[in-house]
Amino acid sequence: MEIIVVGLSHKTASVDIREKVAFSPTQMEKPLRAVVERPEITEAVIVSTCNRVEIYATTRDIAGGMARIKRFLADYHGISTDALEPHLYAHHGETAIRHVFRVAASLDSMVVGEPQILGQIKTAYGYAAEFKTSGIILNRFLHKAFSVAKRVRTETKIASSAVSVSFAAVELAKKIFGELSDKTVMLVGAGEMCELAAKHFLNNGVRGVMVTNRTFERAERLAEEFEGKAIRFEDLFDQLHKADIVLSSTGATHFIIKPKDVEEVIRRRKLKPMFFIDIAVPRDIDPKVNDVENVYLYDMDDLQGVVASNLQQRAEEAKKAEAIIDEEIGQFYKWISNLEVTPTIVALRSKFDEIRRNELEKTLSSWKELPPDGEKRLEALTNAIVNKLLHPPIAALKRTGQGGRTDLYVDAVRTLFDLQTGEPEAGELGELEE
Amino acid sequence: MNALLFAITLALYLAATVAYLAYLVKPREALGRVARRILTAGFAAHCVYTIDRYIEAGHTPITNLHESLSFFGLAIVGVYLACERKYRTVILGSFVTPLALLILSASTSFPAAIVPLNPALKSRWLAVHTVMAFLSYAAFAVAFGAAIMYLIQERFLKQKKLGAMYQKLPSLDILDEINYRCLTFGFPLLTFAIISGAIWAETAWGTYWSWDPKETWSLITWFVYAALIHGRLTTGWRGKKAAILAIVGFFVLLFTFLGVNLFLPGLHSYK
Repeated sequence: MEIIVVGLSHKTASVDIREKVAFSPTQMEKPLRAVVERPEITEAVIVSTCNRVEIYATTRDIAGGMARIKRFLADYHGISTDALEPHLYAHHGETAIRHVFRVAASLDSMVVGEPQILGQIKTAYGYAAEFKTSGIILNRFLHKAFSVAKRVRTETKIASSAVSVSFAAVELAKKIFGELSDKTVMLVGAGEMCELAAKHFLNNGVRGVMVTNRTFERAERLAEEFEGKAIRFEDLFDQLHKADIVLSSTGATHFIIKPKDVEEVIRRRKLKPMFFIDIAVPRDIDPKVNDVENVYLYDMDDLQGVVASNLQQRAEEAKKAEAIIDEEIGQFYKWISNLEVTPTIVALRSKFDEIRRNELEKTLSSWKELPPDGEKRLEALTNAIVNKLLHPPIAALKRTGQGGRTDLYVDAVRTLFDLQTGEPEAGELGELEE
Repeated sequence: MNALLFAITLALYLAATVAYLAYLVKPREALGRVARRILTAGFAAHCVYTIDRYIEAGHTPITNLHESLSFFGLAIVGVYLACERKYRTVILGSFVTPLALLILSASTSFPAAIVPLNPALKSRWLAVHTVMAFLSYAAFAVAFGAAIMYLIQERFLKQKKLGAMYQKLPSLDILDEINYRCLTFGFPLLTFAIISGAIWAETAWGTYWSWDPKETWSLITWFVYAALIHGRLTTGWRGKKAAILAIVGFFVLLFTFLGVNLFLPGLHSYK
């Protein structure tokens, strides 16, 4: 049994393709059932997000299984296979395992380290579990992927730094003020970025919001939205000392806030620190404001610089994450390789034993002058022969179970001795884990 | 016995310093815990050492430079451990424990033998005066550590160099708070140390104040810290200004303690 992955992502397909093959999250039953109905496929999980559509499945026939899933994706969404084919990737074996581990650990994301993808895969797995299209192998596989993702998250700093301008601003504020719960934010002007940043600050527990704008009605409207206080633009410098964090994004073509104003304000605040964030281009705040004692000014370029260096840091952390994944793949691959060895050994033994018992019975029933301990001795003799014959092949199978190409040996043994093995049983899986 | 306890203390402080510096490089929670445990063990050994010496000598063991430096180190570690407990800023230890280690090692360069007490010092004021003085010194030493961290972090934020060190250092607010708390803890102690010293001087030497170099420099130190507290409370000297003054104050204090003893002869020159 092999794990295969077929899909496309932001790396292989543009958004107009991705949206065509996306699955609606409310109707997952139909496609899931449709995939496992194909004869080649035994288990399936469908992951569909705005950045990727992937199907994880198990099959005995790698090429056939992949072709089936590709055709399914095209047919289900009414696209021609030829149009879809160039965007699709297909992995099996170790590559497939690595791929899913990397996706879950957010190493394959557009923004490396973003946390949503793990939740999305968990939801996707939830549907597969609900509709029983995932079985022992995919259950185990995805749980492993979740634990790998968790390990990456806790052992590397891949998701520890802000990679958006507004998050970067909030993090800076925390380094200046510590707690934000007794801090007030003032919005000067009302741009989209400004509102977004204000929302981030509110989510991080700032106490209050003040809004000022050249059009007072606009300020009032925004203040209402944030449950804050509107201030007339003329009163800006009378009120500024009440703000700890100032977010500025007016359309002004000159500096609105100058060092002299800020010196005055900071004196009124008894030198309590202030954090100015100038999101406007052209800038609203004179860069010299940064030189005022206990005042910190960051403009758009500064914040983007922070984000860029955080992204770089993430890239470095991603290397550590890859090492963790390498380690975990080894373990999981061993497990899955082992998966078919034990049932094969069991089947082989019972086949030999069955033959032995049948032949023994025939002999015993026709043997009239059997000595008193004859039956016992024949039993021992036949048992010894069977065990001696089976010892080398079983040992070889067990050895290959420690890694390597087990399927070759498993297939050979099955064909040579005409074994019928069903799916591995849950009980056997427990044994294999050790 | 006494020498062994001292050696154990020194070794534990060295190990704790190494652990705290390692924490500065790799701030793992487990490493921080290990560092704190080693330091706490060192503190315990140091306490036992000091008590043992007290019993052996029959008086408060803060009568020569060896003993003073040792007690100074003990007080710094004590104040630091209390600070870490309250503010959970393990990284402060990376700045304070090296200082404690340095001071304790410095004490080894002075004779450690217990000498009979100068009759002029035989008084119950000895304990009150010296313990308060060194506790205040220790509080100022921790404030010094926090102030250095503040200046580093402030520089990172102003110059927008937000590297790995910036990530590890705590927020400006906490550092300023520690600075302030240590000040409000240390300043009254220093005040009482000076007052108790004056009273003791009256009983021992017959005069409250004789402008001996130690007295003069203690007063200067007191004025520096008084100015800092005054500035904080009235005009809001906080942040950078407060940090710089805490550093200046600590150097003045070091001179009052060591410089005066070593270079300026006077009534307090106990070597």
